[in-house]
Amino acid sequence: MNHLQALEAYSIFILREAYKKLGRLGLLWSIGKDSTVLLWLTKKAFLGHCPFPFVHVDTSYKIPEMIIHRDKVAKEMDLELIVHQNVLALESGMGPDKGRLICCKALKTDALNEVTKKYGFDGLIVGVRRDEEGSRSKERIFSERNQDDEWDYANQPPELWGQFKTEFPRGHHIRVHPLLQWSEIDIWRYVENEGIELIDLYFAKNGQRYRSLGCAPCTGKIESQATSVSQIINELENTSVSERAGRAQDQEDAYAMQKLRRDGYM
Amino acid sequence: MNNQNKSFQTREKLKLVFTGHVDHGKSTVIGRLLLDSGALPQGAVDKIRRVSAETGRPFELAYLLDAFEEEQAQGITIDTTQLQFKTAFRDYVIIDAPGHKEFLKNMISGASDAEAAFLVVDAERGLEEQSKRHAHMLALLGLQQSALIVNKMDLVGFSQQVYQQTVEAARYFLSSLGLKLSVAVPLSALMGLNVTVKAPELSWHDGPTLLEALDSLKKSGHSHEAPLRLPIQDVFKFDDRRVLVGRVESGQIAVSDSIVISPGGKTAQVVSLASWLPRDQKTKAETGESVAVIISEDFFNRRGEIVSRIERAPKTVNRFRASIFWMGRRPLKAERRYKLKLSTAESECEIVKLFNLIDSSTLKPLQAQGEVGFNEVAEVEISLQKELALDLFSQCQATGRFVLVDDLDVAGGGIVTWAEDKPQVKAGFVHGELKARCELFQEYFYDLDRMTFNKIESSVPFYAVGDPVPLSGESYLYPEFFDIVIFRDQIVVKIRDGLVGALSPFSEYRYEGYPLVNGRGFAVKVNSEDDWLKLNNELLLINNRERAVGPDEKWLDFNVYRRIRLGRDRHL
Repeated sequence: MNHLQALEAYSIFILREAYKKLGRLGLLWSIGKDSTVLLWLTKKAFLGHCPFPFVHVDTSYKIPEMIIHRDKVAKEMDLELIVHQNVLALESGMGPDKGRLICCKALKTDALNEVTKKYGFDGLIVGVRRDEEGSRSKERIFSERNQDDEWDYANQPPELWGQFKTEFPRGHHIRVHPLLQWSEIDIWRYVENEGIELIDLYFAKNGQRYRSLGCAPCTGKIESQATSVSQIINELENTSVSERAGRAQDQEDAYAMQKLRRDGYM
Repeated sequence: MNNQNKSFQTREKLKLVFTGHVDHGKSTVIGRLLLDSGALPQGAVDKIRRVSAETGRPFELAYLLDAFEEEQAQGITIDTTQLQFKTAFRDYVIIDAPGHKEFLKNMISGASDAEAAFLVVDAERGLEEQSKRHAHMLALLGLQQSALIVNKMDLVGFSQQVYQQTVEAARYFLSSLGLKLSVAVPLSALMGLNVTVKAPELSWHDGPTLLEALDSLKKSGHSHEAPLRLPIQDVFKFDDRRVLVGRVESGQIAVSDSIVISPGGKTAQVVSLASWLPRDQKTKAETGESVAVIISEDFFNRRGEIVSRIERAPKTVNRFRASIFWMGRRPLKAERRYKLKLSTAESECEIVKLFNLIDSSTLKPLQAQGEVGFNEVAEVEISLQKELALDLFSQCQATGRFVLVDDLDVAGGGIVTWAEDKPQVKAGFVHGELKARCELFQEYFYDLDRMTFNKIESSVPFYAVGDPVPLSGESYLYPEFFDIVIFRDQIVVKIRDGLVGALSPFSEYRYEGYPLVNGRGFAVKVNSEDDWLKLNNELLLINNRERAVGPDEKWLDFNVYRRIRLGRDRHL
């Protein structure tokens, strides 16, 4: 097996483990490249089926093309799609002008926590990767969140030999991270090998493209001429800029992501 | 696929863990390696500079890995980190493991993923408690390769003598654990000496730099000779197919292979390997692949059973010995019950014996007190509530290791060091492929002194067609003509004139007017073909694929052929 085949096989193992061992499952789907790869791996793991709903936490500030693409793929793939918004916060005028971290907390973290409670999820499958940023590099594959969706990151249980955290009190849930050991370039190489269709925001138009997708006000484009997957791979092989450099919320504070994620951010 | 991509596909990836005592500089060594080899994204160093400026702390290379605020504030690694790194030769996953005693569980979480380990030792302080404890854990985790980094050479004036003494001490300790030292490197991570380029201060060192040492480690491949082990993870029934899914932990599986499923010993052939996309269709899968297998028999199979080849099946046991390490806050206690998880199988278990308790950092024996404390290591004997299929760790790592769950968390890990295979069918009848279990000729005694019920196995375990059977014993008497109905195996054995006449599956059996007896020697109250059909209809309602069960009590009578003898000695 080569490196990508090994990553694929392990991710499928993780997805099947979550399906067998956790009760009610949902897959957090953000329309981006990672969660689209996750959708693809789910199809492979369950022989063409998607035996759990896909959840999109919609902040209402997403880049509009993302919503169009979301609905198109959900229809084509016949996904059970749950779209959730923190309606109260939006009605009271929440937005990035209130402070980026405050906005992320309300429209992403709190909305995610609401939808988790509303559907009683025991497991949420999330496409985060270790190489994205520091607090994610410390994650477990099965990572517990308490009844308030908090992550006790300083006291994580051991995880070894493919034996995951599957025992937890009622009301807690497990974040399942099947892509944790993938890198950004692994994702692109896999997209190329498998011929996975991605939203075209990733491909350069007028010398610019998105490298990481998020909310329109807080996500920047990068200078790029890459208009195909292989050109993106080539670009990434020669860059020394980090993937989330264009995500404004990460840059707010030295420990911004750790603080957001402690409270339940994905 | 372009050429560049192809060369990537064949690039090797090695997972390396850096271990050692707290403050000996593991995170700094890795930070230096990343910085000097140009593996860091542009923003990473700027971010550390910014953190230093914001918090007023000095610039620390270790912050590249110690991402948590608490880690940076306290200057220690709390949890393990993995990051990717590449040399011209191959790709690496570098795993940083905490050295502090409190966080041994995190070190183990990191190291359990690795293929080779670097032990980082401070030149001035030598091998300390956690260095030794970590080495011990590496041995228990089954790591094949270990390498040594003697860091902070600047603190000992770059002394060759100090270096050599440290290497010898490490070599000696590692060999006592059965670990071999592959390579050793003196360096100063703080000053960046002998990390990626040779240093004049260490001109006496004719060995490799750290970067060269990394590339000198060998990746161990999966042996095609290894026995097949496919633990069943789940059974899918999305359509009319029953599909066994799981990860091949050892060996290979191919279409038309004859396989056996343990425990239980049911045999079948591999019909096909299923996939979503037609282009993923294959006829063979190797170690590490997640597969979906369709087999020739429509057995009820369950998670935790292991698919193997018939000639090299795993052991089926309910008791075994193991070396364990304990990471739980409260000690492991003999006679307390734990959940044991071994590959995909689970069972309640009990530690029935505890011996050779040792201090994992000095290897000195500790006084066994009926418990194993935090970070300690012991030899134990474990009794399982149900039979599991497993291997000795030395023969197959993936199915020879397990974790123990205390309350809700994994609190211990262990490797199987001794297990005695239990015969799959202890006693019964055989005829070609047909096998039926029975306890018909066991003697039953009630021990008056101990007030316990004892069973004594018959001296002949198996009877074949034509063999005479012992019709009378001390606690039973059967007629010369009767039919033995073995509900568990759905087989009827005909006894004619005291000899085994024939074995026939339920579906082919017709009532012939002889008395019926179940596999344990109880009379079955069937006196006509109608009774037999009625009984079968009842069984159809209660039986499922999981297990064939016997009939309701109303159909059975213990007292016809059997009685319980009273006896003081079980060997009466």
